[in-house]
Amino acid sequence: MAASSETMLKKPHVGKKRKPPTRYWERTEEDGKNDGKKQKEGDNNEQTPQQNNTRTKKGGKRGGKRGGAGKKVISGKSDPFPGSAPVPEEKLKKFRRGVKGELPPRPQYKLRDVVIRSEAASDLAQKQNARYDLMLPEDAGFLEGDEDEDTCTISQDDIVDAVDITAGAKYFNLTLSQFGPYRLDYSKTGRHLLLGGRRGHVTCLDWQSKQLMCEMNVMETVNDVKWLHSEALFAVAQKKWLYIYDNKGIELHCIRKFNDVLRMQFLPYHFLLATASATGFLQYLDVSVGKEVVAICTKAGRLDVMAHNPHNAIIHLGHSNGTVTLWTPNQREPLVKMLCHQGGVRSVAVDKTGTYMVTSGMDKKLKVYDIRAYRPLQSYFLPAGASCLSLSQRGLLSAATGDIVQVYRDVWGIPVTKPYMAHRAKGSVWGVHFCPFEDVLGVGHGEGFTSMVVPGAGEPNFDGLDANPYRSAKQRQEWEVKALLEKIQPELIGLDPSQLSQVDHSTWEQRHEDRVQVLGFDPLAKEKFTPRLKTKGRSSSGKVEKRKKQVAHEDQRDVIRQTVEDRMKIDKERKEKEKKKAAAAGQKSALDRFRK
Amino acid sequence: EAIKHCAPITPSALIKTKKQLKNLQHNQSTLETPLTRKETEKIQREVAFEKTSKEVSRWQSVVLQNQKAEQLVFPLNQEPSGPKRIEHVVAGWKAQTPLEQEIFSLLRMNKQPLHDPVLTPTEEASLRAMSLEEAKIRRAELQKTRVLQSYYEAKAKRGKKIKSKKYHRVQKKVMRKEYLKQFDEMVKTDPAAALEELKKMELSRMKERMSLKHQNSGKWAKSKAIMAKYDDGARKAMQKQLEVNKDLTQKLVIPADEDEEDEEESAETLPDFVNDVEPILDQVNPWMRGKLSTEPMMEESNRLDPPVWPREVGKPGEGQDEQEEDEEQMEETEEESLLRGFEERRKLRQTEDYNSFSIQTPDGKKAEILEISDYDEEAVEISDDDEEAGLSNFTSLFHGLVNHMEPPADQPKAGPGLRQGESPALLEEGLVRVRTLEDVELLSQDISTSDTALLTTQILGTEETDTQSATQQADKKRKKMIDPNEVLTKEAKVIEMPLAPTAVEDVEDKEEQRVIIKEAFAGDDVVSDFLKDKRKQEEAGRPKVIDLTLPGWGEWGGLGLQPSRSKRKRFRVKVAPPPPRQDQKLPNIIIAEKRDSSIAAHQVCQLPFPFEKPIQFERTIRSPVGRTWNTQNAVQKITAPKVVTQLGAIIEPIAREDLIKDNRQAVTGPSINLESDQGPQKKRRSQQKKQHKRKKN
Repeated sequence: MAASSETMLKKPHVGKKRKPPTRYWERTEEDGKNDGKKQKEGDNNEQTPQQNNTRTKKGGKRGGKRGGAGKKVISGKSDPFPGSAPVPEEKLKKFRRGVKGELPPRPQYKLRDVVIRSEAASDLAQKQNARYDLMLPEDAGFLEGDEDEDTCTISQDDIVDAVDITAGAKYFNLTLSQFGPYRLDYSKTGRHLLLGGRRGHVTCLDWQSKQLMCEMNVMETVNDVKWLHSEALFAVAQKKWLYIYDNKGIELHCIRKFNDVLRMQFLPYHFLLATASATGFLQYLDVSVGKEVVAICTKAGRLDVMAHNPHNAIIHLGHSNGTVTLWTPNQREPLVKMLCHQGGVRSVAVDKTGTYMVTSGMDKKLKVYDIRAYRPLQSYFLPAGASCLSLSQRGLLSAATGDIVQVYRDVWGIPVTKPYMAHRAKGSVWGVHFCPFEDVLGVGHGEGFTSMVVPGAGEPNFDGLDANPYRSAKQRQEWEVKALLEKIQPELIGLDPSQLSQVDHSTWEQRHEDRVQVLGFDPLAKEKFTPRLKTKGRSSSGKVEKRKKQVAHEDQRDVIRQTVEDRMKIDKERKEKEKKKAAAAGQKSALDRFRK
Repeated sequence: EAIKHCAPITPSALIKTKKQLKNLQHNQSTLETPLTRKETEKIQREVAFEKTSKEVSRWQSVVLQNQKAEQLVFPLNQEPSGPKRIEHVVAGWKAQTPLEQEIFSLLRMNKQPLHDPVLTPTEEASLRAMSLEEAKIRRAELQKTRVLQSYYEAKAKRGKKIKSKKYHRVQKKVMRKEYLKQFDEMVKTDPAAALEELKKMELSRMKERMSLKHQNSGKWAKSKAIMAKYDDGARKAMQKQLEVNKDLTQKLVIPADEDEEDEEESAETLPDFVNDVEPILDQVNPWMRGKLSTEPMMEESNRLDPPVWPREVGKPGEGQDEQEEDEEQMEETEEESLLRGFEERRKLRQTEDYNSFSIQTPDGKKAEILEISDYDEEAVEISDDDEEAGLSNFTSLFHGLVNHMEPPADQPKAGPGLRQGESPALLEEGLVRVRTLEDVELLSQDISTSDTALLTTQILGTEETDTQSATQQADKKRKKMIDPNEVLTKEAKVIEMPLAPTAVEDVEDKEEQRVIIKEAFAGDDVVSDFLKDKRKQEEAGRPKVIDLTLPGWGEWGGLGLQPSRSKRKRFRVKVAPPPPRQDQKLPNIIIAEKRDSSIAAHQVCQLPFPFEKPIQFERTIRSPVGRTWNTQNAVQKITAPKVVTQLGAIIEPIAREDLIKDNRQAVTGPSINLESDQGPQKKRRSQQKKQHKRKKN
């Protein structure tokens, strides 16, 4: 009431013709109203695209009704949040595949339709994936020490004391001092453990239930052991040949073509067993059909360092001359040769995303490379050098020096100075391997095997259709059939795994050239601009030239315009980001005084 | 016709008939012979064609739509099976039988809700209705307000007619006071609202800054500008207005000395505010400096002779001096209230977060003045310059008062130099500059030190490798010579180990040990070997020059005779250099240039129909379709079949009735509801424009 009387008081001061000047003490209500309006407008804006969508779909009865449904409900109330919930940009980014381009021009309406439809489909897929990403709620934890306590000083026993009984049971030792240092391998699901002692002892067990599946002595030197695609089969590289056993310990094959194998890697999606031999041969065995795919003579001497890139199935070999070479079964020479160490390479490991490679060499250095750009990221000096490396699913690095196993966290980020964890094994370490989907590091050493608990090592969210640690026998069989159906051919292995989704450009060009020859003209060529004939002296050569100039370099101009626009956009984004950052920081920087 | 004409036979009519008869006699044209069968058939065919083509072309849009449709569900125009949402059922239902129609018409007539079970308008109105007493009270209130309004209007009209300037002035003052009182109350009762007010004041200041008011650009100002040449008073009036403008638009900065005095005023209440960095920050701001340099000057002059100053300002309106003297006394009290408001606002501000700039930077005092100026804006309109004079007077008075209250000796920070005419802003500026210079120097020092360090290292490196470089001088002539010292230069971080390894690696086989030792010492010259290898690869990749010179043509040939140099030069086919190697800039990497052709067998090499360029096709297959990468729902939608037929349902051709209906609605079955995006409109427009341009030419 007071406010209204005030306004009345003010009225007579104003001439009748003139609009009353706006006063700040009168503006409060109006502002509020405006705000309300704005909000409403915003709502409308949100709704308009929906309406547009429904309009584009001719005959989409469902779509039309759905569009109407947002407004009218039986209760008479309108939905305050019409449409589906928005998906955060970050998550969308995570599932982005490729980049959108611009649509083809309107005259090519058929092509345009196809493109629009496929874009819509991929958008939908992306959005849905982002939406369902929240179904993976598990996150890996990490060991955290007290104040001024290094996590590397925490012993396994301390951890076992602190954790629950099931997690504590994951730390155990197997004392197998008789048959010498052990190599090990976990199956893809992380459920089964395969141990191979140097002096011929081979055993496989379900390590979580400690159930022994088979145990035998092959009466020969065992160089390496590897699970094949499932826990039913495993390969053992023995003194002379490569053998394949089933999980009962029955010898299924002795493959004479593969001799003197020192190291093995299994490519699970290609069903390929890659072996590196003492004679310098890199061989690929297709385990689904039992045939040798290719045998490549690397001409690099004894090959006892091997790793594979899970991202693109490329084999990394380490050599005594300090180089690491990258191989596919399709090429007889290395795709890439990297000089990593001044001495020989002792061990190589590649991370799950195929971004980083960690190498250790005779020069006692540990190096981290970005293998997309082949650039060194970090270089560490380990006092004793690292003999065995292994990377976990979450990017933890284990390095064995003598009888000590060290685990590092985030070696490619900020340079680390101390290990995250350390453990002294009973004998000298011969093989380390992180268990998939478990916070466990298996260490094979001279006195047997140690299963270490390393918090934060395993991926907590597993894909039940890909590698399910809890699968039943039936599920395994089903998975096996599916996996075999989806087997990727060895020809598809290459540095860029997305190459398959690209058109074979050279062949296409060849064909196009042929077509041009047959037709006598290039159907894809842009028609050359010919100025129209105009009368009354407007087609004089000077005028024609002028007209030609008007349309000349139009494409180039477009490109330039585009780039300028892009640059401006980027600038704007960057500024916004900075602003946000400043706002987030809350504190004023020294340059803030120049703002406003 | 003849009978018709018989009755009134006039000479004119007779003549007419005669003429007609004559015409008939002359006209000897016979009926044309009928067209030949061929021709008639042709015409018939044409007509029939037109007719049928029209008929058929009606279907065209339907056919096209069905061709374009993402999915066709046969039989067409089927109601989607399954349960429907209740809203659809209710909203989509139509009265069909006469009974239903009657019922609905009745409902409609009585304004009953049809779909939504909400209240009818009448019901709503009745709900809104009040009790009798309430209504009476309301009416009385309204009456009262109306009467008051009319009284007030009449009063205002009377007041408006009064020509006395003094009267207006006094009235303005009263209003000002009133407003101040109100504001004080508000500060006590509702600090948030008061803050809002403050913000508004700031906003009005901004508006003032934006507007052209007091810029000497109005009609009055222009006339004065003409007069100014001859009339001293006009010139002064103009100047005064400019001053007012400056005052009004000045961003309020609290100079350091003012702060100090504030400290004295309310030392116990706001010690933090005085020490706050903010105002100084603002002074450092280069955008603020220009104005600052003028203001403190003014203030300084104030300080030099505070009692004289206001009178000086008051000079322009010489005749009004006496009045102003009176006013001053009145204003003294006002000043006090103002100061109170000022303090309170500061307190408020203290409670508020210091983060926001907009509240913090403006000085309270100025805003206050502004708000007053806003308060009697209409008065400004009536007697512009007069009011301004008072206003500026008021502000200057305030300045003077403030400075007067401050003891002159109490200025430890400003120092004596400042007193002698150096403005504090200038000092500030100087300080800032020095700081930045220092910074720059430091920076440059840093750079230079690092540079020198680099240089020294480089020098050292060169000294070390002097001998090497000497030997490789010849090689260095080649462009892409890689210095072995550049390879593997990344320095290593030493990692501390918590546990020292005790067990020596007990290697079983002596043979193996030997191998390892050999390996360890084999790579003595690993780097140079690698570089050699790399160079070899590069060489192999380089295309060779083809020499097509034939000996003997055009000159003597034979054993021991080389073709002439010019000839060799002429017949040497130079091949275009290959694209730069991928590993050109990576010294310790060799990337094989050979293309892997094995995947080509699996790649698409011929584009399907609507695609013309590979990039278009690649875009459409960029995201995977399978279940491994997508959700179930997405897979179903993406891989939906183009045609769906229902088992057992009869698929009949589209009926004509459907067609007619469809011209309004759509024919096709339900489309797959993918969220499709509209094409970028802008681009299309630009393209059209381009086309247009081309056409024009």
